[in-house]
Amino acid sequence: MLKLEHVDKEYADHHALNDINLEFQEHETTVLLGPSGAGKSTLLRSLNLLEEPERGIYQISDHTIDFSKDISNKEKLQIRQLTGMVFQSWNLFPHLTILQNITEGPIHVLKQSKADAETNAERLLKLVGLEDTKNRFPNQLSGGQQQRISICRALAMNPEYILFDEPTSALDPELEAQVLRVLLELAEEKQSMIVVTHNLEFARRVANKIVFLENGKIEFEGTADEFFNHPTDRIKAFLTGMTF
Amino acid sequence: MWDTIVKSTPEIVGAGIKYSIPLALISFVIAMVIAVATALVRTTEPKGSGITKFLFKLLKWIISFYIWLFRSTPLLVQLFIVFFGLPSIGVELDAFTAGIITFSLNTGAYCSESVRGAIISIPKSQWEAAYAIGMSYSQVLFRIIFPQAMRVAIPPVSNSFIGLVKDTSLASSITILEMFTVSQQIAAKNYEPMLMYCMVAVYYAVFCSILSIGQYYLERYTSRYIVTGG
Ligand SMILES: Nc1ncnc2c1ncn2[C@@H]1O[C@H](COP(=O)(O)OP(=O)(O)OP(=O)(O)O)[C@@H](O)[C@H]1O
Ligand SMILES: [Mg+2]
Repeated sequence: MLKLEHVDKEYADHHALNDINLEFQEHETTVLLGPSGAGKSTLLRSLNLLEEPERGIYQISDHTIDFSKDISNKEKLQIRQLTGMVFQSWNLFPHLTILQNITEGPIHVLKQSKADAETNAERLLKLVGLEDTKNRFPNQLSGGQQQRISICRALAMNPEYILFDEPTSALDPELEAQVLRVLLELAEEKQSMIVVTHNLEFARRVANKIVFLENGKIEFEGTADEFFNHPTDRIKAFLTGMTF
Repeated sequence: MWDTIVKSTPEIVGAGIKYSIPLALISFVIAMVIAVATALVRTTEPKGSGITKFLFKLLKWIISFYIWLFRSTPLLVQLFIVFFGLPSIGVELDAFTAGIITFSLNTGAYCSESVRGAIISIPKSQWEAAYAIGMSYSQVLFRIIFPQAMRVAIPPVSNSFIGLVKDTSLASSITILEMFTVSQQIAAKNYEPMLMYCMVAVYYAVFCSILSIGQYYLERYTSRYIVTGG
């Protein structure tokens, strides 16, 4: 289970997260929605400790962190292993082959043997339909392919939660579909996921829970059915703004 | 003429092997250690608070001062200060040591800037992607950032290395018996300055050319992942 209590994150002139209280259930897909600047990325990045909020309690697995205190390096690394991250612009390591991109963490962080890591990487590559790219370098692949590889890279660490920050926003529609299909499969396999997206169709189909964020505050938390079929006025305006 | 060339070659090349090349290689290795260490400090934002933050800022300031100092004064003057000047305040160094120290610090200052530029040219997103899979600072540095930064740093660092090789000829002024000193001595004896100085010029050029070839292959190797097209 992953839980946040009274989490606050302030930038110099901006209250990016304002008293966030949230629970993310295991084996579920939570979709984070909200207008630009709402704090969605900040929230995800805080879960992976790429950002450190000033206050609040963060519980994951058997770790409990108080953001108002220093976090030990060791605990930071452990929590990062529990929370895989998939970035909007995938951020593969350009100097490593596709296979090495996926095995880098398992070999050097989890200390798996090279053989084990590679066997697992090949299994993951098959899962996303890219087994024949393993010896290529990232810049020989399309954006959609690279994003699927970056999902493999996160999965290879066997994290408890995978965090997706607008994984398809930089992709053309047909490439987006390739990536969303992978996410759909992961959801069916009950992988715990937290997904920031602007794709409402995806949210409607996959989300076990939707969280609507605005100005660093949680404005709504509930099922996809409530969100889409019984929206508040604010959500209605948001949904209308997303269609044209 | 052939006779003179054949006769003086062993002496000049011998001086190169005994002094010029070791001066250049040892100084370069030390310079790179200085360059990488100082560049890392300069590209790191101090965390924490109070005294550690202050000390870190102080260190950054000292490094900036060092780089400014060595880039703003002539190398020949630096050599003279270290070898002829320091004894007057009680620091006596043999010529070779003085040469190594000066060349290392001088080249280190230039390469520090090259390495810093290379490190900050790697997008922040690479650090984040590496941290996100649980890598430690040193793992990110050695496995993700340096291999990419090397590609960027090789041209300017090669420039400095080649410059250093030629600058070792300045060591003649602090009594080191390197190639140029020896060619001067021979010229004084056989009255063939034109021939001797052209010869030594050729030997410098040979050494520098070998480095250029090395640079070419190193660049090719570190750029192997920059391939275009599917
Ligand atoms: N490093 C930073 N320094 C200062 N302000 C920041 C920083 N990062 C984010 N912010 C601010 O915090 C707020 C939340 O940003 P965040 O990136 O979390 O929004 P978001 O919901 O992900 O938006 P988008 O949909 O555009 O990605 C924004 O107002 C942003 O300007
Ligand atoms: Mg965002």
